[in-house]
Amino acid sequence: MQVSNAIKFIILTEIVFPTLLLVFGIYHGVMQVLYRAGVIKAESFLGIDYYQGLTLHGVINVIVFTTIFIVGFSNAIVMYALKKPLREKVQWIALGMMVIGTMMAAWAMFTGRATVLYTFYPPLIAHWTFYLGAVLLVLGSLVPFFFDWIPSAIEWKRENPDQKLPLAVFGTFVNFILWTIMIVPVAVEILFQLLPLSLGLVDEINPLLARTLFWFFGHPVVYFWLLPAYVALYTILPKIVSEKGKLYSDPAARLAFILFLIFSLPVGLHHQFTDPGITNTWKLIHALFTFGVALPSMITAFTVAASLEYSVKAEHPELKNSKFYWWTFLPYMRLEGNKWMFSYFFAGLVLFFFGGITGIVNASYNVNLVVHNTAYVPGHFHTTVGGLVLLVFFAMALYMVSKLRGTEVKFKGLAVLAPYFWMQGMFMFSYAMMVGGVITGFPRRTNTGLTYLNPDSPLYRPEWVGYAQLSVVGGVLLGIGFLFFFISLMATLFAPKVRESVVEFPFAEAYHDAPAPMLNNLKTWTVATIILAVLSYIPPLYDASVRGVFFKSPAYIEKYPMPLKQLQGSEKNTQEKELSKAEKEVAQR
Amino acid sequence: MDRAEKTGLTFAIILLLVFFSLIVYAAKGLKIDIPTCVTDVEPFQEGKLIKHGEKRYELHILARMWFFDFNKGATEIKIPAGSTVDIFVTSKDVVHGVHIQGTDFNIMAIPGTVGYMRVKFEKPGVYHVVCHEFCGVGHHAMQGKIIVE
Ligand code: HEM
Ligand SMILES: [Cu+2]
Ligand SMILES: [Cu+2]
Repeated sequence: MQVSNAIKFIILTEIVFPTLLLVFGIYHGVMQVLYRAGVIKAESFLGIDYYQGLTLHGVINVIVFTTIFIVGFSNAIVMYALKKPLREKVQWIALGMMVIGTMMAAWAMFTGRATVLYTFYPPLIAHWTFYLGAVLLVLGSLVPFFFDWIPSAIEWKRENPDQKLPLAVFGTFVNFILWTIMIVPVAVEILFQLLPLSLGLVDEINPLLARTLFWFFGHPVVYFWLLPAYVALYTILPKIVSEKGKLYSDPAARLAFILFLIFSLPVGLHHQFTDPGITNTWKLIHALFTFGVALPSMITAFTVAASLEYSVKAEHPELKNSKFYWWTFLPYMRLEGNKWMFSYFFAGLVLFFFGGITGIVNASYNVNLVVHNTAYVPGHFHTTVGGLVLLVFFAMALYMVSKLRGTEVKFKGLAVLAPYFWMQGMFMFSYAMMVGGVITGFPRRTNTGLTYLNPDSPLYRPEWVGYAQLSVVGGVLLGIGFLFFFISLMATLFAPKVRESVVEFPFAEAYHDAPAPMLNNLKTWTVATIILAVLSYIPPLYDASVRGVFFKSPAYIEKYPMPLKQLQGSEKNTQEKELSKAEKEVAQR
Repeated sequence: MDRAEKTGLTFAIILLLVFFSLIVYAAKGLKIDIPTCVTDVEPFQEGKLIKHGEKRYELHILARMWFFDFNKGATEIKIPAGSTVDIFVTSKDVVHGVHIQGTDFNIMAIPGTVGYMRVKFEKPGVYHVVCHEFCGVGHHAMQGKIIVE
């Protein structure tokens, strides 16, 4: 499908701009393993402090990169699947909001005014530009959904009254409905708690309430990252495996999306198992729902494997009776056509297998006590968001850039190797982080190289050395994998044009299909989702605002062990003192 | 849905239910539970170790930028092996994390709230306590020791 120049520019920007930022995010990932192992023993390196860099790593990688890329990818998916051009004005506004928001937050982080990590837990407080930037980014990302895709889908429905919404659009819509709902609590946290505190309009904040509102957003957001990857797994992957490839079951895919919608929200307390001030019963209920949200991923595992099998056997009828041998016919490392993309999906799926299992460990209520806030946690989520999600996004980025620019994918060899370097690096990195975390309590979010992994420090913990060193090896391999991908992406972006610029995807049809009107009733499911989410959050929000919290807290910044107000007061005092001293001196003369 | 799909789905649901039942059994049957909502102990301003009897202690941990106050400013305490300790935690300033390594004790210290868990220290040795939530520039040196002898 052809695109106007403006839309081409917008979608390309939504792919390339976050990827350029990611260069910095990944750079700091590699720095972190070096710091943590004590290879770099310092508070900061090249002017960026460890925790400032960690804030950049978290915010860029999982808030900025994911959000903007997902908007770009979903724009292309909706446009191609519905065959409706995008509305330029709406898209410019969205892009503008997202870029300005990102710049505001980036300014605050790079100048050291927002060293609060990507969870921005109060009473640590950042400069107001950080919060306002985040709000602009997030609101901007909703604009295309409400003012472009929904109107287009309504038109489409009028033209095709007895067809169901194409699966890719269905998945994208479920994702953005979820995104819209989850933004409400975090927007309340930012607009009513953090922004007023940061601007000095109020003096105090309830940190437990802020955490609870944050995780009301913070768990479902991982599905906001994941679902676009699932859309690609369901609709694109089978066609990459073979020309005759098909999705095994369309209703099963839709069922998985609906289950994600329902169960993604009433689960946020599984990040707060160790928080005081919230009654255990609610935590246990959220744990139960978290097991519910494991179900659609299991369904997906089944459907993806079945689709792979169907697609391979469609091309190789001689494998008809093979149980396992067909696995060896998958295009693990092939350069022709679109087959190069398979390596990204495959490496991502392997990592996600471990991500899913380790996620169930996290979710398991009392088992969480063993892993909470140890290095196990980043070990886990680098195989999910840093595994399947990221690798599928990389494949899509490279593919879309070549289509939109009308160029060939350059350095295909490097592009095919990249995900395998990434996978191997991630195995080592995650193994080190997870095992070190569980067995020895190696903590996360800590510049351990200065103290615990510094042989000259009285706090030296030799039992952590091996794990930290293994994570360095993994981190370097990850960096190499990213570099391979990035070279290929840039070369593809600037290569000579050989085809027309288009937006297109190799969509697969479904092997099993059925109308399934129940599943396709998105309105009803949305209402049910909102009701369940609200009900599941009334008791914990009551605990966090009334029962469990004795008093509110003043704001702090990370540099001083005293409240910000007091600090500003004492600064004023010393300034006044110095001023009066100077005056006296002048008078004496 | 074809047969393989149905079997797969049933298997998945059963697996998850088994997992969940085991968790509930561990929590309610074996009493391995997580910290809960404490409403009868006010957040305190100082760390304190109180001896209630032979091998029975109450410990108030005050987490603050950037050390753990276990007992009137001390970051190290000693207790005899086999002691049962009721541990309360709060924070004086920002959010901290308290992990007594080698035990299940793992609680967030959030200002304005109190966390509670009971720990029995059977084995003698040094139990490292590490702050595992970012709490400012001194975070990587925020730790303490519980020495069990
Ligand atoms: C070269 C690749 C990467 C390396 C070596 C790396 C390394 C690390 C390390 C060591 C940490 C833990 C730091 C600490 O807790 O003190 C961390 C945290 C994190 N990483 Fe990565 N990472 C990489 C790529 C990524 C990617 C691609 C993503 C997501 C798309 C990601 C998302 C995160 C997030 C969200 C955190 C948590 C930050 C926090 O606790 O505030 N990382 N990373
Ligand atoms: Cu979660
Ligand atoms: Cu701390």
